[in-house]
This record gives sequence, C-alpha cells and structure tokens, in this order.
Amino acid sequence: MIHLLGVSKSYGDSLALSQIDLQIDSRRTTVLIGPSGCGKSTILRLMTGLVRPDEGRVLVRGEELAAANVLTVRRHIGYVIQEGGLFAHLAARGNVVLMARYLKWPRERMERRLLELAELVRLPRDLLERYPAELSGGQRQRVSLMRALMLDPDVLLLDEPLGALDPMVRHDLQEDLKRIFRELNKTVVLVTHDMAEAAFFADTIVLMRDGAIVQRGTIRELIERPADEFVTRFINAQRSPPELAGRRA
Amino acid sequence: MMPPTLKAFGGFPSPQPSPEQEGSKRRPIAAVGGAVLILVALLSSCSRRGHVTVASKAFTESVILGDIATQLGRQMGAEVTHRRELGGTRFVWEAMLRGDIDAYPEYTGTISNEILAGQGIMGDAQIRRVLAGRGIEMTRPLGFGDSYALGMREDEAKRLRIHTISDLRRHLDLRFGFSNEFLARADGWPSLREAYRLAQKNVTGLDHEIAYRALAEGSIDVTDLYSTDAEIELYHLVVLEDDLHHFPAYDAVFLYRADLARRSPQFVDAIKRLEGRIAPSKMISMNADAKVRRVPEATVAADFLRDTLDVSGRPIAAGFWGRLGARTWEHVQLVGASLLAAIVLAIPLGVVAASFPRVGQVILGTVAAIYTIPSLALLVFMLPKLGIGWTPAVAALFLYSLLPIVRNTQAGLRGIAPAVRESAQALGLPPAARMLRVDLPLAGPSILAGIQTAAVLNIGTATLGALIGAGGYGQPIVTGLRLNDTPLILEGAVPAALMALLAQGLFELAGRVFIPRGLRLQ
Repeated sequence: MIHLLGVSKSYGDSLALSQIDLQIDSRRTTVLIGPSGCGKSTILRLMTGLVRPDEGRVLVRGEELAAANVLTVRRHIGYVIQEGGLFAHLAARGNVVLMARYLKWPRERMERRLLELAELVRLPRDLLERYPAELSGGQRQRVSLMRALMLDPDVLLLDEPLGALDPMVRHDLQEDLKRIFRELNKTVVLVTHDMAEAAFFADTIVLMRDGAIVQRGTIRELIERPADEFVTRFINAQRSPPELAGRRA
Repeated sequence: MMPPTLKAFGGFPSPQPSPEQEGSKRRPIAAVGGAVLILVALLSSCSRRGHVTVASKAFTESVILGDIATQLGRQMGAEVTHRRELGGTRFVWEAMLRGDIDAYPEYTGTISNEILAGQGIMGDAQIRRVLAGRGIEMTRPLGFGDSYALGMREDEAKRLRIHTISDLRRHLDLRFGFSNEFLARADGWPSLREAYRLAQKNVTGLDHEIAYRALAEGSIDVTDLYSTDAEIELYHLVVLEDDLHHFPAYDAVFLYRADLARRSPQFVDAIKRLEGRIAPSKMISMNADAKVRRVPEATVAADFLRDTLDVSGRPIAAGFWGRLGARTWEHVQLVGASLLAAIVLAIPLGVVAASFPRVGQVILGTVAAIYTIPSLALLVFMLPKLGIGWTPAVAALFLYSLLPIVRNTQAGLRGIAPAVRESAQALGLPPAARMLRVDLPLAGPSILAGIQTAAVLNIGTATLGALIGAGGYGQPIVTGLRLNDTPLILEGAVPAALMALLAQGLFELAGRVFIPRGLRLQ
C-alpha cells in the first residue's frame, strides 16, 4: 500500500531519516515506535506529502508522491494528530464535513456519513454542534477521527492520537480504536512511544532509533528475537502494571 | 492680520459655517472605496462651468477677505463657494493651478518671494507677466499692505531697551519662537538671520497662534508677526523696527484664474471693485472684530460691504446642531471610505505577507514607512495628482490605515498553530480553499482587531481633512486654534473622541456577530 524506498530527510543540520526502506502492508495495523526524535513522525509526514524526501521515493497506492498528485492522494488518506488539530472556528460537524462540503457532496449523503461515523466512534449526536473548545480531549480525538474517515480513505495515519489524554480516557479510546480498525479493515499506521500501546494495536511493529529502522516484526518477534540490545532495553524500559505490583510484593 | 504664515487649516469659522462646501454632491458616489478614488480624482479636477470657488488660507485676514469676495460676488450675480482655511500657500497655489479653486487673496511679497521664488522677480508688473504665463491674473492692490515684523512684549522690550531688530544682537540669550512657515521660508528667518547677523541659538518652530500665547506667558521672548495683526494690541506687544529694511512689502491682492473672465465676468468685476478700497486701519479693525471681539468673519465681511461699498452682503448662519450634523457626516464619510478601501487592499497584502515571509518583510516595511510620513508632508506629495478636498484626505487616511490591518492580518495568519495548518493541508484542501475556509476565519479576531485599530486611529487622523478643505471635525479645531477659542476647539475634539468610543463599541459588537463562537471560547 505504501512504500518508502531509500528515503532520507534532514531538517537543517539534523538528520531525521537516513536511507529508510519501509513497506506498509494493506489492511494491517503497523505501529511506528521509538524514542523522541527517532523520525517516526517524519515518516507519517512523508506519507501525506507534508514534507518531501531529500533522497529516495515515497509511493502511495503505487503512485510516487509528487506536487501534481498530492492533493488527490491526501483525500485517500485520513490523518489524525495528537490534540486532534481541530479547527476552532468550526463546530464538530463543520470540522468533519469540511472536505466533503468542499467537494460538494449532496446534503443527504453528507448527513448520512456524519451519523454513521458518529455511531462508529461512539460520539453522542448532540456533541456535533459543539465547538472544539467545548469538547473534552477524548471527544476531540473522536471528532478528529471522524474527520479523517469522512471521505472513507484507504489509509489511516495516526500520530500519537492518544498522547495527550489522561489514562482512563486513553484506555476507553484504545479499545474503541482497536474495534474501529478491525471493523473498517483499513491500512493503519500509528505512531506512539508507548510499548504497551504498540503491542495492543500492532500487527507489525517498526522500532526506530536515530532515523533508522532497528527492527520490524510482531511483538513476539521483538521480545524473543531482538535484533540488538537496544530492542530489549526499549521493551524493558516500559513496565507493565503486573511488573510494578510484583516488585512491591 | 497675517498673510503668509503657516495657518494651515480650512474650516468653518465659529458660528457661521459657509453652507455649501464644494464637492458635497459627489461624496456619496465616492464612498465606495479604492477604485472609485481614481474616478473622483478625475471628477475633482474639472471645475464646474460658471461656478466660482474662492479659497482662503487658515488665518483670519484671509478668511475675511475670502468672505468679502464671496458675498460681493454673489451680490453681483455669480455662483460662489468659499473653501475656508486651507492648509498653506502651497496648497492654495497648486489647487488654483489645477483649477480646484478659482481665486484667493494673496500678498505680492509672498508671490515674488515664495510662490515664484528664485526667479528674481521685482515689482508688480513683472509678477503680473509671470503669473499670466501660468494662466493666473492679479488684481491691483486692495489698499492695505502687510509685512513681516518681529515683536516682543512691551514691558520686556522696555526693560532690555530693544527698539530695533539690530538691538537683538546685544541679547544672545533671547528665546525666539517663530511660526513654522517663517522658520522655513527663504524670505523668513534664514535671510533675516543673515541680514542682521543674529546669533541666537534658542530658536523653535511653533504654530503662529500658539506663538502669541507663548509670548504672552513668557515662554518665548520674540516671535514673527504681521503689521496688521490684531494681537499686537491684544497682548501689548511692540513691533521692532526693521532698521535695515530687510522685509519686502506685502500688498494684499486677489489672484484669480484667467479663464474666470470668460466663465464668470461678474465675479471678476466684483473683486476688481475691491481694488484700493480696504485701508490698513480698516483691515486692522476687521481683524480685531473677528479675533478679539469674536464677530463671525461673514458678519465682519457683510458689515464692510455695507459700510464701504454700500452693498448688502448675506452672511448665512447655521445652528450648533446643524453644524455638528454636517461635520459628523463629513467625518464619517472620510473615515468610512478610507477604511473600506484600506480593508480591500490590506487583507490581501497581509495574506501575501504571511505566505511569503521575504515579500512580507518588504510589504510590512513599506506600509510602516508610509505610516511614519507626517500628514502634512503626505498631503503635499499628493497635491499635484489629487489636489485638495475630499479625495486626497481619503487617500491619506487610506494609506495610514494600511499598517494596522496588514500587520494584524499577517500576525493572525502566522499565529495559527502549525499542527492546525498541517491538519488542513493533510485533508487535501488546495491552498486557496485552505486560506478561505480555515486560515482567514482562524485569523479573523486578529484581523478585526486590526481594522478596529485603524478605525479609531482614522477618526483621530481625519481631523487633518480640514487642512485641505475636506471638512469634518478638524474644521472647528482649526478655527478654534486660529481664534484662540477653546469651546470651538472642543466642538471638534469632543465629538471626535465620542466617535472613536462609538467605533470601539461597534467593533466589539461586530466581533460577536462575525467571529464564530468557537473562537471566542478560548
């Protein structure tokens, strides 16, 4: 579905990605994980054409991303960021239908899709009339997800979508997201720095460090056959509740 | 009396505004804004046939003479408008060359030494010949002369035993406060200093009227004045003798466009009837009537016509509320048209400035530079193209309004969080749609605040319209300054302040209507 071939990218003097080759499988959930600044968000931004590679090629649905096709390609990609990136001047409804309205969808089709999505992300209908400032963090992410899904894209990119939420809300939303990914059966790429979250969502985990891919595989493969010591350290650095409980005992 | 001083403004003298103010017919048309300015500029350059526009400069003697010519012209069957209190010789002269005005009272010394400076012109015959080459005629002298002089307080002069300008050389610590025009003119302070070898260091430029008051209260010692000024008596001043005969004679005359003889022969006959009819003593008493006794200039003029020429002039008076209404409407039009035009240009400029940072620096630098140009200088720059009146006033206000709106548009757009901007990009919206549907609405509060700032500044600055005969609240301020009449100054200043407050309130209200609730919640 998405291919990065020999992609390098630097911002000024700092190298964000160096010679990356990455294939994202269709209808699977791939999680990009790694410490801050490892380049995982840059990969998402490359896939949406928000940044251009210095070297190498980015192919989405078999097409190389270029100025000529970037607007079309973006309409087949849903993109959700931390904090949602909602437009403060539009109510939830306005945010979700912004693109459909630009594409002049008929009113009934727009309304049908809106309600369908509200149900999918479990957002109460009356919240659709609220402005982002009147919604909680979790509700904002649900609206943001609706906006990303409005045009029924093939690909869904999520950049730390749960990063700014408190643990309870985060837990509920994780469950919902996983259900949604399963129901929609789309190609999903999710960026996180939380190993438990990665393990929870991923069909495939891509562990990154300093602009390079360290290991790509299932969580089991990463635990049982780590590519190097960093993989083990990174996994062990994130303690699970049973561990914490065990230590106290 | 006082011929060629700064006396910069134009306006209704105290209680009897001239009702007509040329140009009122085309104001509503032009209220649309930018592109229309050009059309109006074209319209304003062609005088109406048969209609005569008299102008006066912003000092009492000139206004009285303008009123005399206006009333006498009307009496003799001409259709005459008086544009009062225009902002200085340069404005009036250029406006006459352009045909915005047809006639105004002037002084021969000013013509030879200032208007036609550097051409070595001597004597009336030569002045007449040179003026004729530019399509301007000059009447014979009206009967009184007026000339520059230096004055001091009588008690102070006595104490220091100063009688002549040469005596000033003995007192180097004297503080000189000259009218700005005298300070700058070639025939003013620079040549006087050279002729008398005056070495005083403490020399400041002031408004002529303020200089009198400064002299009276002792914050300056010497000022320039004119030999027919009413204030000489009022403030107990002495005129220092021009012992080296430095200052040239200034005979009062009327200048008028040569084509007036064809367009309105009655009017030319009218001003020719004034030749040799105004004695110096008569002029001083008329100046004193207007300045000291606060008789409206139009009444002073009517009295003169009745007493001297046995003609009944017709002063036309309007009540306080009538005047206030007329000025408010003028002011609203100046501010409204200029603001509208500025919005139309400044928002796109702000968008460009935000989108292309390097171009943006040039744009912001330019509008900031424009903002720093003093209003008088700006009006002088525009004089050859736009002349006087409503159009250049709106053009100046328009230019001054650009900075706050461009600045706030740019800042509002640049202030949008990168994540939000990227979200809009990632949706697949093309750049123009992003700007219209996301960026501009998000920057809306900032843009509106910029427009609000521009509006409030504009209401204050629009008082400069009076400098060039565009009316508005500046008129009573100018007249009040000229006549040292505080209530009259307040008649302009207070409504201007109230209008600024009102604008402030209206924009708060507009914010509630035009800014989506979602942006006001944060």
